[in-house]
Amino acid sequence: METREMTCINCPLGCLLTVTKDNGKVTVTGNTCPRGEDYGIKEMTDPRRTVTSTVRVKNGSAVKVPVKTKTDIPKDKIFEVMDVIRKAEVKPPVHIGDIIVDDIAGTGVPLVATKDVE
Amino acid sequence: MYCRETDVVIIGGGPAGLAAALAVKAAGVESVLILERDTQLGGILNQCIHNGFGLHTFKEELTGPEYAARFIKRVLDEKIEYMLETMVVDLKSDRTVVAMNRKEGLFSIKAGAVVLAMGCRERPRGALGIPGFRPAGIFTAGTAQRFVNVEGIMPGSEVVILGSGDIGLIMARRMTLEGAHVKLVAELMPYSGGLKRNIAQCLNDYNIPLKLSHTVVDIKGKERVEGVTIAEVDERLKPIPGTEEFYPCDTLLLSCGLIPENELSGSAGVALSPVTGGAVVDNTLETSIPGVFACGNVLHVHDLVDYVSEEAENAGRGAAEYVKGQKAGIVPEDDTVMEMKAGKGVRYTVPAKIRPATVKKDVLVRFRVDNNYKDVSIGVFYDGRLERSVKKRTVAPGEMEELRIRKEELDKYPEVKEITIGFVE
Repeated sequence: METREMTCINCPLGCLLTVTKDNGKVTVTGNTCPRGEDYGIKEMTDPRRTVTSTVRVKNGSAVKVPVKTKTDIPKDKIFEVMDVIRKAEVKPPVHIGDIIVDDIAGTGVPLVATKDVE
Repeated sequence: MYCRETDVVIIGGGPAGLAAALAVKAAGVESVLILERDTQLGGILNQCIHNGFGLHTFKEELTGPEYAARFIKRVLDEKIEYMLETMVVDLKSDRTVVAMNRKEGLFSIKAGAVVLAMGCRERPRGALGIPGFRPAGIFTAGTAQRFVNVEGIMPGSEVVILGSGDIGLIMARRMTLEGAHVKLVAELMPYSGGLKRNIAQCLNDYNIPLKLSHTVVDIKGKERVEGVTIAEVDERLKPIPGTEEFYPCDTLLLSCGLIPENELSGSAGVALSPVTGGAVVDNTLETSIPGVFACGNVLHVHDLVDYVSEEAENAGRGAAEYVKGQKAGIVPEDDTVMEMKAGKGVRYTVPAKIRPATVKKDVLVRFRVDNNYKDVSIGVFYDGRLERSVKKRTVAPGEMEELRIRKEELDKYPEVKEITIGFVE
């Protein structure tokens, strides 16, 4: 049996969760909403994060365009994702939601723009 | 000097200004103008590229630029007039706004109502009293955020952060992702000023230590920062001799508090609260000057942009109603004012006054507590008599609280002078 205390990162309440894993079954206490339970289970079994950063723009109205992984990616892939982001470059125009890199660092998740750059 | 007239002038095109403008338009006032000093609308959200915005407003998690874009699109769709690269240089008590830009030069606007939405500033090094030379490499966290996220420049590679406000925590993660080594976040107070989730996902995720009750007592370096000395502080926040520790670094980021930017409000004579640094407002968010309203971080510093948008809508509605009332020549019959007071454990409330005649359903009151507490009961007192209370498992100064004053209660106690929000003993 494994028990861990963690802060839920879903909303500003920041509930202190107690997550217990026993024979593959994960139980969560301390959450005030269902999202807290989902987070606790995921954090214990498959921790994931959304990565946000910026990508260089070639000859645009801005030098950088902000980006995010479209959904969360495995936590242990964060720095591999960043390595790809650092090397990436886009040509304007770029619009919110445009895919900058598909399947970033083998996560199966696309990297998308979060701002328009002309 | 070019002079024009506008029903509602909104000073600032950030999240507060955008939401206020939309609310003015929605209330049926067509003549509304946003004045923005930057080259784009959106304000500070343009550099807040991290996610976590919009959970309340849009029920989904957005980044700062995405959140701003949704409001900007609505402002464009509504054909609301705005001026960029336009700096307001003066506001007078008769609601004359003096501004300048490259196209018009210096010009003035006679406004029916004004919404103050200028946001806030970071507390700079000069306000912290840290000894040492003035080498390069010392930045406020927000300046570093602009360098990294907008300009694409890394301010340094070996970093110490003083202050655990949200921007400092966010920048600890951001600098780490960009390859810097963040050695430490030091916080003067025995608790963090940032949100718990930011401590979890910005510090704990990257094993960045947070030292509470610690501060920077010396900065080494003449041309460039070479390191900082950190010491533990006692309960009076004085450094304890013998606890000094030297951290070699080339960059010191400061995340030591935000201050509402009220220079314009001050010049107009708007009464300011010494606690929040923002205007003293009533429940319509009207300041001490009739027809001048305030919302967002210029009123009091918020944790969440969602709350800024909600508050700004209220200010926009207030401004629109004021303009309509003036045009129709309506003089309010009932001008009763009840004072809102911060009771035990509470630092301030916004609003600070309630005009019962203007309350339609209830009044949302936002407030901050003065320390970390567990299992407290927060009460609403009418002239010192407890009306009702809510239980809270934990409260912290870094997390804004809210409760509502109900219209039924205001109707029940028409003679009440003071409403207090505070802990129940």
